[in-house]
Amino acid sequence: MADVTTTEINHSEHAPHVHITPMWIYLTVFFALAVGTVLTVAASRFDLGMWNTPIALVIATIKAVLVILFFMHVIHSPRLTWVVVIASFLWLGVLFVLMFADYLTRAWNIY
Amino acid sequence: MSSLTLHDVRFVEPEATRNYITQDYGALSWLFTKDHKRIAILYLISITALFILGGFFAVVMRIELLTPEGDLLTSDTYNKFFTLHGIIMIFFFLIPSIPAVLGNFLLPLMLGAKDLAFPKINLLSWYLYIIAAVMGLYIIITGGVDTGWTFYTPFSTQFSNTHVFGVTFAAFIVGFSSILTGLNFLVTIHRMRAPGLTWFRLPLFVWAMYATSIVQLLATPVLAITLVMLMFERVVHVGIFDPALGGDPLLFQHMFWFYSHPAVYIMILPAMGVASEVVAAFTRKKIFGYQFVAYSSLAIAFLGFLVWAHHMFVAGISVYSAMIFSFLSYFVAVPSAIKVFNWTATLYRASVSLMTPMLYILGFIGLFTIGGVTGLFLAAIGLDVHVTDTYFVVAHFHYVMVGGAVMAYMAGLHYWWPKITGRMYPEWWARLAALLVFAGFNLTFFPQFVLGYLGMPRRYHAYAPEFQVLNVMSTAGASVLAVGYALPLCYLLWSLWYGRPAGPNPWGAVGLEWTTASPPPMENFHETPVVTWDAYDYPAMMKAMGETQNV
Repeated sequence: MADVTTTEINHSEHAPHVHITPMWIYLTVFFALAVGTVLTVAASRFDLGMWNTPIALVIATIKAVLVILFFMHVIHSPRLTWVVVIASFLWLGVLFVLMFADYLTRAWNIY
Repeated sequence: MSSLTLHDVRFVEPEATRNYITQDYGALSWLFTKDHKRIAILYLISITALFILGGFFAVVMRIELLTPEGDLLTSDTYNKFFTLHGIIMIFFFLIPSIPAVLGNFLLPLMLGAKDLAFPKINLLSWYLYIIAAVMGLYIIITGGVDTGWTFYTPFSTQFSNTHVFGVTFAAFIVGFSSILTGLNFLVTIHRMRAPGLTWFRLPLFVWAMYATSIVQLLATPVLAITLVMLMFERVVHVGIFDPALGGDPLLFQHMFWFYSHPAVYIMILPAMGVASEVVAAFTRKKIFGYQFVAYSSLAIAFLGFLVWAHHMFVAGISVYSAMIFSFLSYFVAVPSAIKVFNWTATLYRASVSLMTPMLYILGFIGLFTIGGVTGLFLAAIGLDVHVTDTYFVVAHFHYVMVGGAVMAYMAGLHYWWPKITGRMYPEWWARLAALLVFAGFNLTFFPQFVLGYLGMPRRYHAYAPEFQVLNVMSTAGASVLAVGYALPLCYLLWSLWYGRPAGPNPWGAVGLEWTTASPPPMENFHETPVVTWDAYDYPAMMKAMGETQNV
């Protein structure tokens, strides 16, 4: 814990604690993001059929989660921030699910 | 004593000191202010100017529609006029109206705070608004845009030769102004409430602003993304919406309405908040079913995101998803009805004081109900197929946006005008204006329901001769409406110099904003108030006033 400074005095909403992330975590995340980028490029060289898009999206999602958790400090944020982040993704889910309710059933009209 | 008690706060008139208007002088002290009250005034002036501009386009369109022939404007100019009317009224007037003017001014006052959480970001949001407005004005002068405020593809991306890029960029920028206001309000409501001001002691206006802010924060970025994609498609032909390049034009409509349907609630939720404040103040009663009204704001904010494709029933979406969206659309009516029924229950057996704000709100309740119920007609797929793109739709959304949002904005402006300026407006003239607005509005838009049902399509400058009588009625109504809106502009300005001094609480209302001077001092409260009472505690206040008078 020598390189982690955490003010543990007050965890209430009115005094958010300060968390300084050690440098090695940033470097590790940066390395993981670089690996993700290499993987994305590498995956694009192979024709995986219907898996082309899902694989690219999975890699991109993992990278986005890393950025949100570490670079945007959400992992050390109070619960309210987690609520905001999760709610945002739920809203994105609403956009996707209801939009696909149209796209995936459009062909059903042909009869 | 470091804090005020219930009795002190309500009945002790704060001493006259320098207020936010007289604190500093000179244009720079306003342009670089970080005070939420001054920023509210900046917004008030800006949106009033744009309301007049948007109103000008409407008036010219109504004059054009006096006769069946297209004799005043060419079809191209008419296309630009209804587009600019829509863009200005929605993005530059209705969306910022109650939040950015009344919300900015009142939220810290209602919470017992000195300012919003991020005063500089608040000023930034106004500057973004102004930058976008200036861009919009430049585009109007240099030729305008003709896509309709909805910017539908493929017309906007492939065919329109007007300033689509510039105006979508302006809408993109003004969206950030809206996001920043929402963010500021959310943080302020969470973190800056006065001691004792628990969630269920908050005025319902604050609940409404909270719900509005959630919608602003979650929906507006989707509009921003959509407009960026539109700009990319138009300029570099990336193939998002163009089927020839593998895109889908309906994707634009899906994403556009994912923002723009909830945007209706950005306009109407604050209006509902104003209605709750005014109904309580002029009936001297607690709002019936306070918690239901509070939660219904959140329910509207959430359900409003699930219904967008009812704008697309005839656009070519799958009938199965159309059924889902139709079904979901009916749900929004439930929390809206909860509010209307609860206001009505509050009015029941109350001694209603028919002052101007209350007149506007009574109008609001009736007109919003008509707008809401005709919205249910449109949510029914069969009927929607019949009236899509007719004047029925135009009448419906004007009942919600003008009959609802603008009426409530006028109510709020009159209700809090004494707090904002320290002066009373002339009551007789104000009542006359409220009645003119109500009569003019109905004469303008009710005939449009009939026109639409009979099949008159929207967005044309010429029409079949049999529709003329109803169109003449509508234009006559628009003239009355214009007088109704011009009057407040005159007498409110007049009242700044000649209005009777209002005192801190001219309505005898409860709520922290009425406990400080009018106009409020720069820091809002000389001492941080401590809240020990519920919202709208009129029975207790009247009892206490009786005791005071007996002393």
